[in-house]
Amino acid sequence: MNYESIIARRAAEIKPSGIRKFFDLAATMQDCISLGVGEPDFKTPWMIRDAGIKSLERGKTWYTNNAGLPEVRNAIADYLERRFDLSYDPATEIAVTTGGSEAIDLALRALLNSGEGEEVIIPEPCYVSYAPLCELCGGVPVPMPLHAEDGFRITAEGLRKAITPKTKAIIMAFPGNPTGAVMRAEHLAPVAELLRDTDIMVITDELYAELTYGRQRHVSIAALPGMKEHCIYVNGFSKAYAMTGWRLGYMCAPQEIMRIMVKIHQFGIICAPTTSQYAALVALRDGDDAIEAMRQEYDMRRKLLVNALNKMGLTCFEPEGAFYVFPSIKATGLSSAEFCEQLLYAQKVAVVPGTAFGDSGEGFVRISYSYSIEHLSEALKRISAFLEELKNKSNS
Amino acid sequence: MKDLLKLMEENARLSVEELAAMVDATPAEVAAAIDEYTQQGIIKGYKTLIDWEKTEVDRVKALIDLRVSPKKDHGFDEIATRIALYPEVESVMLMSGGYDLSLVMSGKNFQEIAMFVAMRLSPMDDVLSTATHFVLRTYKKHGVSYAPEADERGYNN
Repeated sequence: MNYESIIARRAAEIKPSGIRKFFDLAATMQDCISLGVGEPDFKTPWMIRDAGIKSLERGKTWYTNNAGLPEVRNAIADYLERRFDLSYDPATEIAVTTGGSEAIDLALRALLNSGEGEEVIIPEPCYVSYAPLCELCGGVPVPMPLHAEDGFRITAEGLRKAITPKTKAIIMAFPGNPTGAVMRAEHLAPVAELLRDTDIMVITDELYAELTYGRQRHVSIAALPGMKEHCIYVNGFSKAYAMTGWRLGYMCAPQEIMRIMVKIHQFGIICAPTTSQYAALVALRDGDDAIEAMRQEYDMRRKLLVNALNKMGLTCFEPEGAFYVFPSIKATGLSSAEFCEQLLYAQKVAVVPGTAFGDSGEGFVRISYSYSIEHLSEALKRISAFLEELKNKSNS
Repeated sequence: MKDLLKLMEENARLSVEELAAMVDATPAEVAAAIDEYTQQGIIKGYKTLIDWEKTEVDRVKALIDLRVSPKKDHGFDEIATRIALYPEVESVMLMSGGYDLSLVMSGKNFQEIAMFVAMRLSPMDDVLSTATHFVLRTYKKHGVSYAPEADERGYNN
């Protein structure tokens, strides 16, 4: 069999994730400590796990409605109203998905005509799956570099340059992975202004919405005047409630688009996992305190990292969201890949090169703080020792 | 600063600088706060958690429940303070419930502890009865799991 000719070219041409590649190497090393994972270290709060178990005890093991259990959709609507001032109709504008990732995929499938050169603006550095999912739908991902000096936010000026007559959508992800950047209302307003009179859709991935630090809470672009009809809003339970393995997310959109997305979801997935949906119901109703406890713990770790890295000479702007810091390693004179590889071999610490998240991540590395303070403290000592070695080497 | 004691309770080895970053204070402020807590007797000391089972050292730990008769005017304080003087006794606590004092002590072997109970504690005038429970295995202590789980997370995003 000549599998090369059997496998679809479009699928074969997609580059594997830069995160995976690097960590396959790290996995072969003994006593390696990682700052690489992109999921919470907390376990799902017990009451949420218990709700999942109870649903199994009661034998709730069938498919649900394609769009998700009605009570879950109602709870999502209440939650979005309560936490983010968003109002969506649970009957027609909300559907439960198998993680936020599926929602992104559905949004792109619903919007893109294959092979017609339709463009999706993807601000980079960003989460690794947007461009591949876009390519699988036959769309053209258009990377739009974000800059440290702008706090890795989208600016109206940058966006204006990226827009062409072929632009179909933009994927926004704030708070951002890998940068930890947030866009507050004053940053969103000029972007919304630019998009409001166009037919460009915003796929807004807000999985980290609950994890912002500082006084202001997260603001969704969908909450800005006139923007709801432009937005496919994506959120989920993975990050806020430490529920990555439950594979549960949701999407909200104008009903014309929602109908299409649910149709694709019905044929591809049928429904999101039933057990997870029952667990999510408790998360949505009673989970606010659990979110807050985890958020406070992340915040302390964040401050520890930002302070220590800046002192070491790895300057990082203060990330205000998610659980990543994205320090610049330019002062070392190494590329991102070189830095990560040398750090791994010299001190057995694994961090992710910024380039895994797009070319504009060059000169940066992503450090996750979803680890215990002991773990972070040890890793920081090793990174500091590595930088000393580098300095001594260049001096001799 | 409100988190300072909590952070220090969890990890005594964090540097003043690390603590300062996490509680939004300067290292000098944190150092001053630690001094004050120490002077006020809020911070009682620093110890190391050691899993002795993994060492060559023989060590047995026991919890001892004591029922005692309280003294007029002094309540349980007098007997509790007297028992606390023995270096073998690690903790002495006044308890609610079916007995009065709870002791934690350790010795080289079961016999050493049994002898201590028989020769030192039981003969005391105010001690009405003792019950000795030997620790067979420690799973978690001071918030630290003695059989930590591996980090099973992968690298997906």
